[in-house]
Amino acid sequence: MNLQSRFGWVMRWESMLGLVLIVEIVLFASLSPYFLNIWTLSDATFNFTERAVIALPLALLIIAGEIDISVAAIIALASVAMGLAAGQGVGTPGLVAVGLGTGLVAGAINGALVTLGRVPSIVATIGTMTLFRGVAYAVLGDRVLKEYPASFSVFGQGYLVGPLSIELTLVVVLAVVFGVFLHLTRWGRTIYALGANPIAARWSGVPVDRYRFMLFAVTGLCSGLAAVLLTSRLGSTRPSIAQGWELEIVSMVILGGVSVWGGKGTIPGVLLAAVVLGLVNFGLGLLNVPGIVMSIIVGALLILVVAIPVIGQRWAAARPARRAS
Amino acid sequence: MRMTQNSAARRDLALGFIVLLLFGLVTAAFPQFARPSNVAEVFDDSAILIMLALGQMLVILTRGIDLSVAANLALSGMLVALFNKNYPGAGVLPVLLLAVGSGAVLGLINGMLVWRLKLPPIVVTLGTMSVYRGLIYLLSGGTWVNDNMMSPGFLGLVRFELLGLTVLAWLAIIGATVAAFGMRYTGLGRDFYAAGGNPSAATYTGLDPGRMQCFAYTICGAIAGLCGYLWVARFAVAYTDIALGFELQVIAACLIGGVAIAGGIGTVAGVVLGCLFIGVIRNALPLVGISPFWQMGINGIVIVAAAVLSARRREDKRSILETQTA
Repeated sequence: MNLQSRFGWVMRWESMLGLVLIVEIVLFASLSPYFLNIWTLSDATFNFTERAVIALPLALLIIAGEIDISVAAIIALASVAMGLAAGQGVGTPGLVAVGLGTGLVAGAINGALVTLGRVPSIVATIGTMTLFRGVAYAVLGDRVLKEYPASFSVFGQGYLVGPLSIELTLVVVLAVVFGVFLHLTRWGRTIYALGANPIAARWSGVPVDRYRFMLFAVTGLCSGLAAVLLTSRLGSTRPSIAQGWELEIVSMVILGGVSVWGGKGTIPGVLLAAVVLGLVNFGLGLLNVPGIVMSIIVGALLILVVAIPVIGQRWAAARPARRAS
Repeated sequence: MRMTQNSAARRDLALGFIVLLLFGLVTAAFPQFARPSNVAEVFDDSAILIMLALGQMLVILTRGIDLSVAANLALSGMLVALFNKNYPGAGVLPVLLLAVGSGAVLGLINGMLVWRLKLPPIVVTLGTMSVYRGLIYLLSGGTWVNDNMMSPGFLGLVRFELLGLTVLAWLAIIGATVAAFGMRYTGLGRDFYAAGGNPSAATYTGLDPGRMQCFAYTICGAIAGLCGYLWVARFAVAYTDIALGFELQVIAACLIGGVAIAGGIGTVAGVVLGCLFIGVIRNALPLVGISPFWQMGINGIVIVAAAVLSARRREDKRSILETQTA
């Protein structure tokens, strides 16, 4: 026990992720001569930036004991809304407002269903996922929207200084904001309390539903932001945009050490998991390994991540018993 | 108990009425929709969804969820397609056994992880979904198995017609009938409800809810495996991405059919009606002249509406006995 508390930081989930990240960088650098180039690494960040923008608020939501799997569908809906607005000649600031606004409204709908409608969040967001993506398909069919003004491409393709992209800057800023909010404010502590025991939180006078609603709304807003970034980077909108991302983003959050049971998890962990996954994706691409092989690794990792603590506990619980007998 | 059952029966009746009304409205405008051949086609079209949804219902009843069904279906389907390609003379029976067997093993893996390690079902099946889908690629090397590589028996079984309905439709009808009787009148069927309705009470009566969960996953997996063969034979092609995202349609059918995600509530009739609802809309849209792209949006509206309505009903009847679900 003493040993564990002194070297506790070694066993922390974030430290493990950091270690994996270092191993990953060394491995890819030795396997490919192109990896350790500053521009290559800058390119690699695009593999996780848009997903990370959503993973951060989603981490808060999952820590609070809820889940939102409609995030990728919100991207599609917001992207379609922006595409239609662009077709009407709306300028870049207007498009950003449309994207963010659509995301916020979609998130508010989720929040209202969960708080006012008392629908379990997984059911509500499976429903709205189908609905939002369905509306995107209904409006667009098999068409493509790509009449975006030239200045719109700055968000997804622009760089702040040198190889530091605007997307990466945004992710870092958001991570700091969410990290400070979750770990250093009273509201953040309340979110943990909410996830650990919502009934106790309610009895302690926490306005549980207001917190839930706000978290869903913020997750929707960030999904709208991700839609702006992704649409700007791709320069086009199809209804199938960001298909399957909800599962990748949820995987990202859980690999970051957030407990699906709620009440546990950190922002640095989620950010590290995002970088680790993004780099694996990019590195495997560099080595010509198809993306689907990557999905096997991510899937197995996901199960391992939740299984290891359980197996560890069993092992720890079984040991003294064996010694006694 | 009686109250819940009555409300479930009322709900099924209402849903049945809605499906009939929908069917009647489409028929009134387009009489050819009610032609026996077209009705048979709607059935044929919904058969795989019905079977998968019944398996999924078992899992949800015991407080689980299986996101890996479509990946299981695709992996088992690829397995039998490759088997058939390499051993075309083996006949259909080994194919069926292989499909059901591989599906059951894949389901058992989910079940053991959930039961023995007490891992959250949504994470386990999210993980196995990716793993199974990736394994298809490794198994097939990313290639397609086309109809000219499949034996006539392999392709013909699902299309064989009996009394105007395909074998595929009959399988769904038989499956639904067996499930309806089994869930209502056998001890095993009641055990699924008991394990999900109140796990601690079930434990006191000597029932292991985890074991029932594992059992539900295995059955759900076996059905998914069988549907893998049926899917590959029906569409006469197997590749890595078949049935991609279909798991959500299966879960949607369950939710429309009144299966409660919190476990313990759901009927076979409701689930079948939920599937038929989706099936009727899917087949009516092109007739009515609405783009099939609307299907998904309509499903979404229906799921949300059904979820809000059933949440309200639960509030009224059960909130006194149950603490607020987190």
